[in-house]
Amino acid sequence: MTQKPISTGSEWTFPLIQEYDRVISQIAQEYRLDTYPNQIEIISSEQMMDAYSSIGMPLGYHHWSYGKQFLQTQQNYQRGFMGLAYEIVINSSPCIAYLMEENTMPMQALVIAHACYGHNSFFKNNYLFKTWTDATAIIDYLVFAKQYVTQCEERHGVGEVEKILDSCHALQNYGVDRYKRPSSISAAEELARQQEREDYQQQQVNLLWRTIPVPDSKDVPQDLFTFPSEPQENILYFIEKNAPLLEPWQRELVRIVRKLAQYFYPQRQTQVMNEGWASFWHYTLMNEMYNRGYITEGFMMEFLSSHSAVVYQPPYDSKYYSGLNPYTLGFNIYRDLKRMCEHPTDEDREWFPDIAGKDWLDTLHFAMENFKDESFIQQFMSPAVMRDMHLFAVYDDEDESEYEISAIHDEQGYRKVRALLAEQYNLSMREPNIQVVDVDLRGDRSMTLRHTRHNNVPLNNDAEKVLKHVHRLWGFDVHLESVQGNDIRQRLHMPPRELSPGQVLEEGLRYV
Amino acid sequence: MINSYVIDRRLNGKNKSAVNRRRFLERYRKHIKKAVNEAVNKRSITDMEHGESISIPTEDIHEPAFGHGHGGKRNIINPGNKEFRAGDRVRKPQGGSGQGQGSGDASGSGEGLDDFTFTITQDEFLEFLFEDLELPNLERKELKEMSDHVYRHAGHTSQGVPNRINIVRSLRNAHARRIALSGKSRRRLKQLKGLVEQELAKDEILRDGHSLLAWQAEIERLDQKIRRMPFIDDFDLRFNRNERVPVPSNAAVMFCLMDISGSMTQNTKDMAKRFFLLLYMFLRRNYEKIEVVFIRHHTSAKEVDEEEFFYSRETGGTIVSSALKMMGDVINDRYPPSAWNIYAAQASDGDNWNDDSPLCRELLAKTIMPLVQYFSYIEITPRDHQALWHAYEDVRTGFPDQFAMEQIIDPSDIYPVFRQLFQRKTT
Repeated sequence: MTQKPISTGSEWTFPLIQEYDRVISQIAQEYRLDTYPNQIEIISSEQMMDAYSSIGMPLGYHHWSYGKQFLQTQQNYQRGFMGLAYEIVINSSPCIAYLMEENTMPMQALVIAHACYGHNSFFKNNYLFKTWTDATAIIDYLVFAKQYVTQCEERHGVGEVEKILDSCHALQNYGVDRYKRPSSISAAEELARQQEREDYQQQQVNLLWRTIPVPDSKDVPQDLFTFPSEPQENILYFIEKNAPLLEPWQRELVRIVRKLAQYFYPQRQTQVMNEGWASFWHYTLMNEMYNRGYITEGFMMEFLSSHSAVVYQPPYDSKYYSGLNPYTLGFNIYRDLKRMCEHPTDEDREWFPDIAGKDWLDTLHFAMENFKDESFIQQFMSPAVMRDMHLFAVYDDEDESEYEISAIHDEQGYRKVRALLAEQYNLSMREPNIQVVDVDLRGDRSMTLRHTRHNNVPLNNDAEKVLKHVHRLWGFDVHLESVQGNDIRQRLHMPPRELSPGQVLEEGLRYV
Repeated sequence: MINSYVIDRRLNGKNKSAVNRRRFLERYRKHIKKAVNEAVNKRSITDMEHGESISIPTEDIHEPAFGHGHGGKRNIINPGNKEFRAGDRVRKPQGGSGQGQGSGDASGSGEGLDDFTFTITQDEFLEFLFEDLELPNLERKELKEMSDHVYRHAGHTSQGVPNRINIVRSLRNAHARRIALSGKSRRRLKQLKGLVEQELAKDEILRDGHSLLAWQAEIERLDQKIRRMPFIDDFDLRFNRNERVPVPSNAAVMFCLMDISGSMTQNTKDMAKRFFLLLYMFLRRNYEKIEVVFIRHHTSAKEVDEEEFFYSRETGGTIVSSALKMMGDVINDRYPPSAWNIYAAQASDGDNWNDDSPLCRELLAKTIMPLVQYFSYIEITPRDHQALWHAYEDVRTGFPDQFAMEQIIDPSDIYPVFRQLFQRKTT
């Protein structure tokens, strides 16, 4: 019996969307895609721009930077510099996916497969998301955050609140716990505990900064006592708990920015995996629908042209090149995993004895659930993928006038290319490693941050401006030292320090 | 199992970002104002009806964050290798930051060095344009008999037309009435039902058949009575009531007076027109209703429409007093100062017949100045002042708050002069 196609025209209607969703959902279940309930929302392009500028969150507190984002998006869109994304999907339960009304029916189906079944199942099953975010609570927390910020604005003025938020935003990448599992966020609890916390925190801070010295036990010499006792990577957390001069409401604002940064942290760590997974499934689901006769050839043509645009990787010497396309990379790895399971070669048997010839669905689900970009690439990128994409590694040393091609996609280079690429996706490598190492408790209360250099890569020019923000939050002097090995390569102070002529020379010599 | 909900959100508001946008404009107020001031001088005359594109240096709005700078040693993976082998060495491009940068630090490379450009709407444009300006001597004029009424919500009535029914209140009344009128019956009903139940619980022999029948009949009757109670009745209805409230007139009339004698070139007229236009837009922001009267003159004055005012050209001598006289007449005819705020702007190149200037002074001081809110005179000429200017200077001394005059030499003076004339006075 041949299946009649669901639709033939390119116009979409609500019943059609529901019908496509039903069919896609059925097939997705056969592939064991386990998802949160879907909430598919049809929106106009203006609304899509709104969604864009609030980092895709359905609601957020007010801040000028979102206005800037909005103006930028609007301008680019109206001038035709960029098209809007076909979809935005939010890690929440139910999982909210925005579809644009301008899309054709094939596009809507593609987006449903991509977002509502691809991303959605990733959100629900990847270990990072499972342990670090609470999809059911995020919307409530956003409501809480928005209300709290509004309250603060009413009480303390928009300007004051904005200052604190500006400073927190500058540090938001340093408001996450990388290793410790954070407690989940729940709006109700937040609200209930907030007052209690305000009082308690202030008390703690006061204890720390009490001016009357507590007699130390004789055994511990005073100068050995450093605070914090271990370097702290979560700078915002440290500030929230210890900054001497912050008001309780300011601490709460720091907390809000920090919590939201934490919520987005898994997404930043799984870009390749997540986009690759969604692309793999829209591709697989649509093909399966075609095989079963649910969609026509014309529909398939349009789908394929969109799909190939999404996973297009311009080569390094193209003027469109702006780094590796995470969609392409992820898609290629997943697809190659499936190939290795179904049609393994000798090379695959040698490289991936656990995968070659095994059940492909088991393998893919395992790969999606238990890794992040870095380990995923290290574990699953096969030589075939590297060959297909013609990957090669370029070594750039600032002291040399030439680049060195350190490895290419050949027998000697596979492992190196793979290891380097994995490292490139290691978030802690992508962002400078900066930690709070010392606070001068007994002296001028200054805080010292240490930047530990990797391969002697210095900080960017923003560092001084960011320090200003740290200074605003901390309330006392802030120092930053940039360290390679045991050498201090650069020092920054806020407020800036006048250098004596000798020091100037010394500073200058560091860069020779 | 249906696991998906499709929701049409298109009807929801699309201006979610309005607040954030506003905040952004507020924050960069200084930049935007500067751009607006520059723009107004560059714009063509007919061009005040749309927004403006504003550029701010990216540096000024950049949000800083820690990131990797250039330098040090790093490895970058690129796709699309064509000819390289391991160990090849490639010269770095001179100058720039090197080709490999893009993939390594996505944070820094996203934004170019171009200015951040965006568009503000016409309303915002005008707001920035006229910020800190105010209309001098604005007065609420007497109540005009016609048209100046608004309908204000004024409680509820029991009578009205169907389209003004207040549904919530009507239903609330109906509900209350039903409770009030049926209360007694309901109580009785409840009581009876209890009795019947009690009776039925007894053994069949012990029942009082007579009373039972009577009670059941009464229950029946009460039931019907309650059911007959209308769900909604005429006197439940409540209507929204509106009241006509007279409002003080907030109307203004603006007189544009311009010399179109031979000595006024098209260029001078363009400048005058810009000035009039600014004034018009400014007035329009302050008054709901505004009328404009165009009077042009050479040796005699004529009231004309806008098109003719700006574009027709005639030659001849100049008698300024003719226009002033005409303005006085028009005011007397159509715009009683008791009901209108009257503003006048006069543009001229300063030429006038010498024996006419004293007459102008007389006219202004005696008949016109007492009637108007504000009179501004701009002289568009690079030359020395002539008799008219000096005559007007006398008027200014007489009415320092209501009379203003400035000289304009080239188009870039127009806006500053305009600002100067309408600067908010610190009191």
